[in-house]
Amino acid sequence: MLEVTDLSVFYGAAQALRSVSFSAEPGAITAILGANGAGKTTLLRALTGLVKPKAGSVRFDGEELLGKSVENIARSDVAHIPEGRGVIEELTVEENLRVPTLWCMGRRERQQAIEATYEIFPLLRGLRGRHASTLSGGERQMLVIGRALISRPRLLLLDEPSLGLAPLVTGQLMALLRDRTEGTDLTVVLVEQNARSALSVAHHAVVLNLGEVVVSDAAAVIAGDSELRHHYLGF
Amino acid sequence: MSLFIDYTLNGITNGMIYASLALALVLIFRATRIINFAQGAMAMMTTFIAYSLLDRGLGYWWAFLVVLAIGFVFGALVQRVLIQPLQGKSELNPVIVTIGLLVVLEGLAGAIYGNASHGFPAAYSQSGLTIGHTKIAFSHFDVFVLVAVIVLMLATLVLFRFTTLGLRMRASAFAGEVSRLLGVRVGLLLTLGWALAGIAGSLAGLLVAPTSAFGPYYMDLILVYGFTAAVIGGLESPVGALIGGLITGLSISYVGGYLGSGLEPVGALVLLMVALTARPEGIIARPPARRV
Repeated sequence: MLEVTDLSVFYGAAQALRSVSFSAEPGAITAILGANGAGKTTLLRALTGLVKPKAGSVRFDGEELLGKSVENIARSDVAHIPEGRGVIEELTVEENLRVPTLWCMGRRERQQAIEATYEIFPLLRGLRGRHASTLSGGERQMLVIGRALISRPRLLLLDEPSLGLAPLVTGQLMALLRDRTEGTDLTVVLVEQNARSALSVAHHAVVLNLGEVVVSDAAAVIAGDSELRHHYLGF
Repeated sequence: MSLFIDYTLNGITNGMIYASLALALVLIFRATRIINFAQGAMAMMTTFIAYSLLDRGLGYWWAFLVVLAIGFVFGALVQRVLIQPLQGKSELNPVIVTIGLLVVLEGLAGAIYGNASHGFPAAYSQSGLTIGHTKIAFSHFDVFVLVAVIVLMLATLVLFRFTTLGLRMRASAFAGEVSRLLGVRVGLLLTLGWALAGIAGSLAGLLVAPTSAFGPYYMDLILVYGFTAAVIGGLESPVGALIGGLITGLSISYVGGYLGSGLEPVGALVLLMVALTARPEGIIARPPARRV
């Protein structure tokens, strides 16, 4: 379980997050919603150490993550897919998949994990020798999700995974996320500007505005609150 | 025709040395986006250490290996002590620091060893080989230079293409933040990149010293040629460094041979300008991105 308590982040004098608190359950998707500049990406970056918070606590399964290096947080079974997808363009598809396994798997286990990823995303098998720079947006998204799942994380953080994707691909992506989460111990935190799409798949949602939590509730409750949706989510 | 062959052979030998220094520059640039202006001076310093070891009676090959190891440690130390603390600050800072290091090292070498040039032994004979009844401008030492740089290049190729360490180094160099998010210890690998560059630079220093006026400033012009080679090769590719080194070596050899040795630096400048104008991304460019 992820527990974020009173998290505050500053960029110089500007405060990007103001005492943000929420929790995310295993086996469920927690959506972080809000307009541009609400602090969604900053929140994810703070969870994985890319941004150093000024105050607060981030505990995952009882272990404090704040103060650990980005690499050590990643090695604590935390996978973060950054905004813009984060494929390593100069590497091939298979090399991209191998990178997160290098520190935690032997050769045989690594190959099995890569094969398992190809079972989930058969298209990637045919692209295994291609440079990631030549992939389409949808292919890139498959690659980064496959790469995030390959090291069997317990916490998966996704930043705007639907950005630039066709609605059909976004729908498939959301269905896949739900499928990989329910009935498992995987905790998913999904940052999305496409609130409608995120609420359709999330179990819980947190709405941010100007760095503050406006509401944290079941996704169905937020989806049913038309005033909240109009005011903060734009639909 | 005989002269042309001699100039060609000379160009290949020198080109391999420039490739070695270019490789050092490339290893650092592609990992940290820094041109290490002190690379030549660092090589000069490690070669002076070899000079001292030889002077104290250590065998050539022992001195050779010890100095490559010192180059490795020196490169790592420079990255950890001088470059890493500047991470995330102005891009100009590391440039100033490496230029400062260049000045400091040359001053230090001058203070310790004097500014006059010294004799530095070659591993093998430097007199030209005889083929049939013709003596060519290619010696046993030149063969050694070729073999040494080819071994270095092959080792680099094997490391980057066929080992998990090389994959981690490439990932770190191309996408540091993403690699950290994937659990790769990027800082350590960047240090390793500088350390390997230290080996390549030290090798260049050892190979140049017997054929030049070995003193505190003997690597300055070699750095310019190595930089030209790295730019021609695209600044990011070890293979590009090799090709760029050969192009630079041959061009400078022809300019020096046919137009006069005083014009060699001008030839390098012209070559650099032509390369930057005609193909600024270098001969070995990254695969083009296709956004769909």
